Amino acid sequence: MSPRPVRLRKISNPPVISGFRPYGGKKTNGKIDAVFLHLEEYEALRLCDYELLNHQQASLIMDVSRPTLTRIYARARLKIAESFVLGKQIIIEGGKIYFDSEWYSCKACKCIFNNPEKRVEIKECPLCRSVNLLSYDKGSDGLKELTIKPKNKKYESSNHKQRK
Amino acid sequence: MKVAITSKGNNLNSKLDERFGRCSYFVIYDTETKGMEFLPNPNKDIHGGAGPASVEIVASRNVQKIISGEFGIKIKSIIDSLQIQMIVLKEPDKSIREIIDMLNK
Repeated sequence: MSPRPVRLRKISNPPVISGFRPYGGKKTNGKIDAVFLHLEEYEALRLCDYELLNHQQASLIMDVSRPTLTRIYARARLKIAESFVLGKQIIIEGGKIYFDSEWYSCKACKCIFNNPEKRVEIKECPLCRSVNLLSYDKGSDGLKELTIKPKNKKYESSNHKQRK
Repeated sequence: MKVAITSKGNNLNSKLDERFGRCSYFVIYDTETKGMEFLPNPNKDIHGGAGPASVEIVASRNVQKIISGEFGIKIKSIIDSLQIQMIVLKEPDKSIREIIDMLNK
């Protein structure tokens, strides 16, 4: 029997850079060994160590189980440690992932739009500039109404907590 | 900022095309210079993979928003990773002129 297929991990924030290069160290004629950090590992690290969520919360955001999230996170730390200790460059790419972002709808012009950049908070409708917005949660059964209008800064994570 | 709108025809009175990949024309509108450009969609009658091919055309124009009636499941994740905003407008009777007026409001 073939093994169970890998569950796709949801990535809500693609990284702004595609990798890191070490400097200093001994010259190796421009050729530096690379460590491939998968996008899912980057995302796990971002959620756990930058957004300071616990593994349970992070696993909900990435749509995987808590033990899986912990394994992804452990792999991320292993790879980063390897690159630091051995002076390898990090290339962020690959992984079993899909991209997804939060969706909103405007009550005034009835349009539906997403937020491509999570760091920027949506305040108005991109089409008619109305501030009368609804936030949607994209579940398995299509679009489902969740909360009304993002307000505080912690909206992103608080929204996900409600999904539990 | 550049906005792409899917259109059924090549003038301002044309209606919004409900499909993205197989729309007739793309309108590339620049909100700063107010300039616009009508691009015929070469993928209109293609057999398969019209969505990703159309995303490539639109993305090569550096647009930041795409307005259309619908986005297929194949291209949502591509557009997401390109950090382009998708705006779904379920009003096929709206003309390109009306949509541009809304953007300028």
